[in-house]
Amino acid sequence: MKYILMMNTPGNGPYQVANWPQQDLKAHIAFMMGFAKKLKGTGELLAAEGLAGPDQARRVRAGADGKPITDGVFPESKEFLAGYWMVEVENPERAYAIAAEASAAPGPGGKPLNMAIEVRQVMSGPPPDLM
Amino acid sequence: MNAVSAQMEDLLRTLAPQVLGAVIRRFRDFSASEDAVQEALIAAAEQWPRLGMPQEPRAWLIQVAARRISDQVRAETARRRREELVVSLVPPEEQLALALDEDETAGRDDTLVLLFMCCHPALSSASAIALTLRAVGGLTTAEIARAFLVPEATMAQRISRAKQSIHASGVPFQMPTAEEGAQRLGAVLHVLYLIFSEGYTASFGSELRRSDLSGEALRLTRLLHGLLPDDGEVAGLLALMLLTDARRAARTGPSGELIPLEEQDRRLWNAHEIAEGIALVTATLSRGAVGPYPLQAAIAAVHDEAPSTEATDWPQIVALYEVLMGLSDNPMVALNHAIAVAMVRGPQAGLDLLKRLDADARLAAHHRLDAVRAHLLERAGERAAAIAHYLRASQRTTSLPERDYLLMRAARLRDTGA
Repeated sequence: MKYILMMNTPGNGPYQVANWPQQDLKAHIAFMMGFAKKLKGTGELLAAEGLAGPDQARRVRAGADGKPITDGVFPESKEFLAGYWMVEVENPERAYAIAAEASAAPGPGGKPLNMAIEVRQVMSGPPPDLM
Repeated sequence: MNAVSAQMEDLLRTLAPQVLGAVIRRFRDFSASEDAVQEALIAAAEQWPRLGMPQEPRAWLIQVAARRISDQVRAETARRRREELVVSLVPPEEQLALALDEDETAGRDDTLVLLFMCCHPALSSASAIALTLRAVGGLTTAEIARAFLVPEATMAQRISRAKQSIHASGVPFQMPTAEEGAQRLGAVLHVLYLIFSEGYTASFGSELRRSDLSGEALRLTRLLHGLLPDDGEVAGLLALMLLTDARRAARTGPSGELIPLEEQDRRLWNAHEIAEGIALVTATLSRGAVGPYPLQAAIAAVHDEAPSTEATDWPQIVALYEVLMGLSDNPMVALNHAIAVAMVRGPQAGLDLLKRLDADARLAAHHRLDAVRAHLLERAGERAAAIAHYLRASQRTTSLPERDYLLMRAARLRDTGA
């Protein structure tokens, strides 16, 4: 089964990497790289991406003429999606375990961040007997 | 399973464009020929390790590809006959008139014509890159998809749309005319350069796959240089790739982090590539070629020859950038020029030049301007301003390793000032 693990970080909470000391930043980046490598090694990682900063985010909807109407920037957003992992695992418990590991990424002073990771199952194609 | 040996793979990749050229000249249909040659290459990779290499590998591939097309034409004809429209893709008498091609020189020209065709200005760069890698590079759709980290179906669709664009544009399978030659060659070089850069700006977790792209760009540019040995731009691009690729091992740290030029361990640089690149750029410049690629290669050569940043011949780099600025109005060149000037006359001189670039709309919101300014401010001892610009650049870049690098520079400055 496939899961998407979304790392939602508070807009002004603990994930303010821009202000961390160098050592802590280094440890955090090393953790994230090692984490992706490890998941790749177990054969569970399907995709992982970090997203560009929320100050580049735009919300788009189509106007009456079908042309895009853009809205943004959202500097005061309470939360934003910083990145995600897509994994293929045997059961939901394994997805939760991976999410917990990501959640405990080191923050300032090397203390675990324990940030919220939203875990959602990715829907699959039709089962064989429905095709 | 039977693995394709490296030697066999090299041969298949070299033969790919020659075989395709021969098949296109026989059947006239680029798209169908390209599909057929791709199938023939896959058949060879599957059968040769098992049954042994045929006596005439090139003829074998042409024959297998031709058979695929004939089968297709026959099926098509049958279908049309049912519709009472007896029209073959190629009239039978023409199929007989065009004999199986065995001429090696035609193969060389075909490779060149194919490059021109796949890099046609009518195509988007993404399409041109994919098509070039498949039709000229002989890579499978799956391999190209993996290199660009996209699903295979997406890449297949991109290639198929590229072929439709070529068909719609009505480009004939022949050498461009002398008038349009230079412009078309420029498009080819640009595509090869993009393939190289794609591999060079490896993002995390995908280093290996993408460095393959640099290797492929080098191989294709070397091939092109072999076909057009007297062209200064081609030689310049090949030299630029060699001199840039030479620094690969020193460019990233153990966990994929970016290491800037001044902090690289130069003992890790590839001496063979540097020697080849310098020889090539020296020969090219001495023939009087001063286009953008030989000039950029010359700048890379000055860096590669230097034992350290301090011992680099910065005045020469400034002079080369000034020639380059005279050739084109590229703000990135002006930005690099400012860095070189700062190395010669101090950070303030560089910062003064940056002020003039602030007005350039192409750079205004570009992270490189902030990043360069941050570096120069750091060297000028303006800590707070440098940190602010590093952070601004980090928010604007869309490269993850670069963002991490910029954040790290800011953090380092903050730490030392505390």
